[in-house]
Amino acid sequence: MRKFLSGNEAFAEGIRLARVQVISAYPITPQTIVVERLSEMVEDKSLNSQFIHVESEHSALSCAIGASAVGARAFTATSSQGLLYMAECLVYASGGRFPIVMMNANRSTALPWNIYGDQRDSLSLLDCGWIQAYAENAQEALDLALMSYYIAEHKDVSTPFMANLDGFVLTHTYEVVDVPTAEQADEFLPRYETKNKLDFTCPKNLAFSAGPEYNAQFKYKEHLGMLSAVPVIAEAERKFKKIFGREYTGLVENYKTEDAEYVLVTLGSIAGLVRETVDKLRAKGDKVGLLRLRYIRPFPNEEIAKALKNAKAAAVLEKDISFGNEGTVYTNVNSALKKAGLTLPVSDYIGGLGGQDIAQSEIERIFDELKTETQKTKFIGIGGGRI
Amino acid sequence: MKPYLREKVPKTLSEIPEYTAFEAGYLVSKNAGWRNVRPTVDKAKCVGCLKCYLCCPDGVIFRQDGKIAIDYDFCKGCGICAKTCKLGAIEMEAEK
Amino acid sequence: MSITAKTLDENEYFYGHKACAGCGGSLAVRIALKVLGERTVAVLPAGCMSAVGFNFPQLCFSNNAIISTFAGTASMLTGIEAGLRAQGITDFHAVGFAGDGGTADIGLQALSGAIDRNDNILYICYDNEAYMNTGIQKSSLTPFGARTTTTPAGKNIRGNLRPKKNMFEIVAAHDIPYAATASVGFLDDFMRKVEKASKIKGTKFIHIIAPCPTGWGIPSDETVEIAKEIVNCGLWVLAEYENGEYKLNYRPKSFSNPADYLKKQSRFRHLTDEDIQTIITSRDIKWEYIDKNYH
Repeated sequence: MRKFLSGNEAFAEGIRLARVQVISAYPITPQTIVVERLSEMVEDKSLNSQFIHVESEHSALSCAIGASAVGARAFTATSSQGLLYMAECLVYASGGRFPIVMMNANRSTALPWNIYGDQRDSLSLLDCGWIQAYAENAQEALDLALMSYYIAEHKDVSTPFMANLDGFVLTHTYEVVDVPTAEQADEFLPRYETKNKLDFTCPKNLAFSAGPEYNAQFKYKEHLGMLSAVPVIAEAERKFKKIFGREYTGLVENYKTEDAEYVLVTLGSIAGLVRETVDKLRAKGDKVGLLRLRYIRPFPNEEIAKALKNAKAAAVLEKDISFGNEGTVYTNVNSALKKAGLTLPVSDYIGGLGGQDIAQSEIERIFDELKTETQKTKFIGIGGGRI
Repeated sequence: MKPYLREKVPKTLSEIPEYTAFEAGYLVSKNAGWRNVRPTVDKAKCVGCLKCYLCCPDGVIFRQDGKIAIDYDFCKGCGICAKTCKLGAIEMEAEK
Repeated sequence: MSITAKTLDENEYFYGHKACAGCGGSLAVRIALKVLGERTVAVLPAGCMSAVGFNFPQLCFSNNAIISTFAGTASMLTGIEAGLRAQGITDFHAVGFAGDGGTADIGLQALSGAIDRNDNILYICYDNEAYMNTGIQKSSLTPFGARTTTTPAGKNIRGNLRPKKNMFEIVAAHDIPYAATASVGFLDDFMRKVEKASKIKGTKFIHIIAPCPTGWGIPSDETVEIAKEIVNCGLWVLAEYENGEYKLNYRPKSFSNPADYLKKQSRFRHLTDEDIQTIITSRDIKWEYIDKNYH
C-alpha cells in the first residue's frame, strides 16, 4: 500500500512489520515520532509488542539488551546526546552479540546545542561494534527496518544494527512510500531463534567477564560476526527483491561511477542532491559519479576500491569531523584505497554540520575543484576555512 | 543441583563460545587454597539444627544423615559456622 | 508457614564464587536464590557479586544469570521480564542483586523508572556500605563517620561527613507494592520477606545489610554477628512497606550500645566520643520518627 510518510513514520512501519516484541521508548528530537507512532500501533493493536516507557536512553538500551538476552526481538531509537548517553550500552550489546535494532536520527552533538542534522553522533561511535547503515530516503528507511533484523539476527552475524536517518532532512520529510503487507513481511523475516539467551530448559550465565586469557578470542569472534554481515546483507537483499520487488546494492550504491573521472563519496540523504548534480554535470559532458556508502560498518573496502579504480580524483563529503585530524569517513576511505594500492588524490569536505544547508552549487564546486586541487580537508560554508 | 567442578576447561578458539553465553554453574577451580583454618564437625555434638548451613556465605555446608557435612573443596574457612553453632559442634583448626 | 533452614531448597544456586571469606553480600544472594528457586533469572550489575561469580569459564550461578551495566540492574530486569512475557512465559522470578553504590547512586534512576512502571521484578540491594569491589570508596549508603578510601580519617576530617541515604523510604515514596529492609543477621526474617515479595505482582524492593569483613575491618567470622548487632543497637531497622503503610518488624527491648558496635570495626576506630554521641542522637531522632510513623 502506498502511503505518504516521513522517514520516522516509514521506519516505524518497518518495525511494526518486523513484529518487534519489546520496544523501549525515550523521546529525543528528531527521533521522537518513531516511538510516538509505535505507541499508537500498540494502542490500536496493529502491533503486539511490550512498549516500555524507560526513563533514559541508557535504560532504553539496557532494557533492550535484557529483552534480547531472553530471546525476544527488541527495538529502540535515539539521536545525538541520547546515543552518547547510551554509549556504554552500545558496546555491551555488541560485545554480548545481542541483535538489537536501533534507529538513530542523525543529529549534531552539543556544544553548542543544536537539534539539526549531522552525523557526528553515530560516526563518533563507529568502533562500538554495531552494524551502521545510512538510509537515503523514507522508502529505504522502511526497507532497512525490515532487513536490519534479518541481518542482525542471522546466526553467523548476531550483531546489533544501527539504522541511521538524517535528522529532519530525512526523519521529517514526507514522501510516498510503499508499505508492504504483513504477509509479505512475514515471508521475508524469519522468527528470531538463538542460543545466545537465558533459557529455563538449559540455564545459562550470560554477559560474563573474560580475563586476558580469553578476552581476545571473544573480540575476534565479535569481529568475525560483523564481517559475516557482508554476505548476509547480500542474501537479505536478494530475498527482499524477490518478495518486495525493490533492489538494493549491498554496502555501497554506485551511481555513474563506472566511467567517472571524478567521484564524490558520501552517505545519507545528501546523496539525493549529489545524484541530481551528477546528472546535471553529465548533461554538460563532465564524467562525474556518486559513490554512496550505505553501510560504514562493516566497511566496504573492496567496493570503494572498485568504484574509484579508474577515477582521476575523488572527494569525500561528510557531516562529521574528528577534531585534530579529519573527517572519519575520509580516514576510512583512504585506508581502503591504500590497501588496494590506489594513489588517486582524495579530498575531504566537511559540510552540513549542525544542519547547515549544502546547496547544489556547493556540490558543483566540489566536482570543479577536484579537477585542479589536491588539497586535503576543507570545511564547507565558513568562508574559506581550510586545513 | 549446584554448580560443580568440570574436567573440561575451554581453551581453544572452537571451545570458547560464540557469544558471552555459557552453561550455568560451570566450575573449573576450587577455593580450598584460600583456607588458613578449617571447620571440623563434631558429629556427636551436632543436632542438625542447620543454623550453620543457613549462615554459610559459600553454601558449602550440606545436610547429611540428619547432621551436617562440609564441602572442603569450596570452604574458605571464614568461621561463621563455628561462631553460629551454640553447641560448639564446629571447631576451627589450623590447616597444616 | 514461612521458609526455615529445614524447609529451604537444598539446591545451591550461587556456589564456588570468589567472594572474600565471610562475605555478607554473597550470603544474601545465596539465601534469596534458594528461596526463589530454579525458575529465576538473576541480574547482577558490575560490582562484587558479578566480579566474583562470572569469570569465564568459572561461572558460579546454576540458575539463569546475567551481568548488567553498573547503572542498568533495574532496566535490564525490565527488559528480561518484558521479553519473557512477550513470549508467553510468566512463571519465573526476575531478581536483581545490586550493591549500595549500584542502587543508591548510579542505579537509582533506573530503579526509580522500574518502580514507576511497576514492572514485575524483585530488586535486592545488598548493602555493604561502600564501593567494596573497587576498594572501599564512599557511596551514598556509607554511614556517618565511616572511614573509606575516599573519606579518609585524618586530623581535619574524620571519615564520611554525611549520613546514610534513606533508600527504603525513597523507594516507598514511589508507592511501590512492597519494600522491606533486612539484615543477614536475621535470615529467617529475610527469607520471609523474599518469599512474600516473590508472591506479589509489581515491583518489590528489599534492602539488606550485608557486612563486608574487608571493608568494615572485622574478622571474617563476625559477619553475621555484627549484622545482628547493627539491628540490636538501633542503627539499622527491620521494617516493611506495604499497602501504603510502614510496619516495624522488630524493636529491641533495649538498644545495645552503638559504641560497642562501632568500636569493633576498624572503619570507625577513629571516632571520638563526640562523634559517637552524634550517631546516637541521630539514631534516637530516627526512632522517634519510626515510633510515630511505623506500625
